[in-house]
Amino acid sequence: MRAAVIVFPGSNCDRDLKVAFERAGFSVDMVWHKDTSMPDGIDIVGVPGGFSFGDYLRCGAIAANSPICRAVIDHASRGGYVLGICNGFQVLTETGILPGALRRNAGLKYICRTVGLKVETADSAFTSGYQAGQEIMIPIAHHDGNYFADEGTLARLRDADRIAFSYLDNPNGSVADIAGVLSDNRRVLGMMPHPERAADAGHGGSDGAAMFRALASQFAMA
Amino acid sequence: MKARVYVMLKSGVLDPQGEAVRHALATLGFDGVEGVRQGKVIELELTETDATRAEASVTEMCEKLLANTVIESYRVEIAQ
Repeated sequence: MRAAVIVFPGSNCDRDLKVAFERAGFSVDMVWHKDTSMPDGIDIVGVPGGFSFGDYLRCGAIAANSPICRAVIDHASRGGYVLGICNGFQVLTETGILPGALRRNAGLKYICRTVGLKVETADSAFTSGYQAGQEIMIPIAHHDGNYFADEGTLARLRDADRIAFSYLDNPNGSVADIAGVLSDNRRVLGMMPHPERAADAGHGGSDGAAMFRALASQFAMA
Repeated sequence: MKARVYVMLKSGVLDPQGEAVRHALATLGFDGVEGVRQGKVIELELTETDATRAEASVTEMCEKLLANTVIESYRVEIAQ
């Protein structure tokens, strides 16, 4: 089982994501943004949180056009698994791999605290370790997590059961309280909350660990 | 040749920064400001000398990078 974690200048959750994957049994390759291809045999690509390229222009916009993102898009379009967390979610929407966009938080403040999430679907390799409707506690830390999708896109997400997580108490103004969405083939997940920061009892909560365990069991079967 | 790109949130997309500016203006006593939208201006220095080609090229830049057309609209001005 192998995971790749992309590292951009300004990524700051890359090592936390590596540790979370490793704890679940993955071997992890750190991949620099200037690389043009993924190492062979990668089961899942992690796009970590942080402030890639200083959030210049728009969060994730410069990173989405970096050389490695071509390889991330190719990986996803071949049916590969991708997990984008926080800035990684922003990068995935900027590449167009996931629909919608992340705007400035409605309250204009950077928010860093643990929030309650509702697992909207257990039907994905990321969420199969949870029950649909289960409530979990996961930290958020973002200034631009206010998810936007137009009505048509929102209807498509709902109809196809592609909303992975929603906020119990919407902290940032996201439409339909959306905290994370899945791709059409359910193999790409983008989410603003940080499961890798709630993957060990020492973090003060371990509700995120089930995601990495579920991914590990998915690839152990394959 | 110079080009100027105006990027704004689309009209249907709530602009919380613009709203905060509107509130601040009201606090300062500037009544009668019904709405504020905040955007950005990007200035480009181009080697291109043909205005039509410059506009086409900058439009492509907007579509690929300068604007996120999911939430933003843009307008290109070419200065002669």
